[in-house]
Amino acid sequence: MSIVERFETIDRRIIFFLIFLAVIVPLLFPIGLKIEVSEPVRMFYNTIEELEAGSFVLISAEYDPSTMPEVYPMNEALVKHCFAKDLKIVSIGLWPQGVSLNQTAMEQAAGQYGKEYGADFINLGYKAGGIVVISAMGEDIPTTFPQDYALRPIEQYGIMEGIENFDNIDLIVSLSAGDPGVREWVMIAQGRYRKDVIGGVTAVSAPAFYPFLDAGQLKGLIGGMKGAAEYETLLGQIGTASAGMDAQSVAHGMIIFFIIFANFFYFLGKRRKR
Amino acid sequence: MRRQGPLIITFITGAVIILQYFIPHRPFSDLQQLFNSWFLVIAVFALILGIGNLSKIHIGRVVRRREHWPYSIVLIVGFVIMFSAGVIWGIQRGTPFYYIFWNIHIPMGSTMFALLAFFVASASYRAFRARTPEATVLLVSAIIVMLSRVPLGNFIWKDLPLVGDWIMAYPNMAGQRAIWMGIALGVVSTSLRIILGIERTYLSGR
Repeated sequence: MSIVERFETIDRRIIFFLIFLAVIVPLLFPIGLKIEVSEPVRMFYNTIEELEAGSFVLISAEYDPSTMPEVYPMNEALVKHCFAKDLKIVSIGLWPQGVSLNQTAMEQAAGQYGKEYGADFINLGYKAGGIVVISAMGEDIPTTFPQDYALRPIEQYGIMEGIENFDNIDLIVSLSAGDPGVREWVMIAQGRYRKDVIGGVTAVSAPAFYPFLDAGQLKGLIGGMKGAAEYETLLGQIGTASAGMDAQSVAHGMIIFFIIFANFFYFLGKRRKR
Repeated sequence: MRRQGPLIITFITGAVIILQYFIPHRPFSDLQQLFNSWFLVIAVFALILGIGNLSKIHIGRVVRRREHWPYSIVLIVGFVIMFSAGVIWGIQRGTPFYYIFWNIHIPMGSTMFALLAFFVASASYRAFRARTPEATVLLVSAIIVMLSRVPLGNFIWKDLPLVGDWIMAYPNMAGQRAIWMGIALGVVSTSLRIILGIERTYLSGR
């Protein structure tokens, strides 16, 4: 077997090991690469900054543990941003697992900012139905979600006083890893009820939302862990996303190296065959 | 009437939902709310139906000792434990459901997702070749976007993120818009076919 063939059919365990090193070494020994903030993330940040204290933000969690490493850092940073600005959070989940994840993010930040459940934030839980849930909320939120995530009637919470429908919500944030998610919120909440919508999505799905951003239907977009790290940079907080940026940088670099390396031997092999 | 009944219901429901979008006033707005409530109830039943179907398939696998049947036991046991824990103690912090969710479900879910990094790296080495001019364009764009999306790109060349942004804002957006338009037109035509009773496969597959 020639050296070209040997490199073309390299044992995949070697690739796995190199990727493992590319991830683990920067996590143990951070490089501290500078994080530049992109325009969609700056728009996301500015949209929240423009809200006045006491405004209502609806956070919809549409992700699960598999996409948690990308989306949860956004969730944490978003909740902290809202609490720091004294915004009220009404949250729901169009994915069942998103409810617990978002609740934990809110509870952790609440302790830090002295916020109280039911007065400053509430979690209305999960409701099956996807896009129709959004449509139903546009007409009547208390009827769509008569209880919170722990099955307690929402009338007992002060934060829900005066909340009837989207007219009483100032901003909608969808943290999404698929459908239903940002697209459905844009279609109904923005398209039909003209509410401002911003979104946080996984890196792989972010390119699909650029048309919404360009059309003004989305007021801001965070894409993947890099987006979350940019958001943390704007907030002046070093969170889990910023900590993971070095590892992601080196892993991306390693994959690019693999592509170039493999193509080099591919063309070398092709030339020899001629 | 067995076929005409569902077709009439579909036509009326579809027509009302479309009309209420353009005429958001009574009686259409009331009808929309009514249909929304119905849909939310039906969605819950669909969930129950899905759980029932999943249980039936996996219990059947275990009973008949089909290939990989031990995995079905794991699924059934996992489902029963999570379901019971959620129903009996709720899902709040401090409950068994919360403990299992954060200490078993989340690490396992994250692990599965993390494995993607290894498979993507392996696949990029084995399959990502510049065999044609189109593949070369894709490859070069992918490398630029990948680098521009991480701080390493900025470290290599400070304007690289701008090149990545340009790819996202122009070629990507043009392609995405074309895809969305295609999907939207497809949805409109399929919906009209269903509402008008031309497309009937949802009734019985004929």
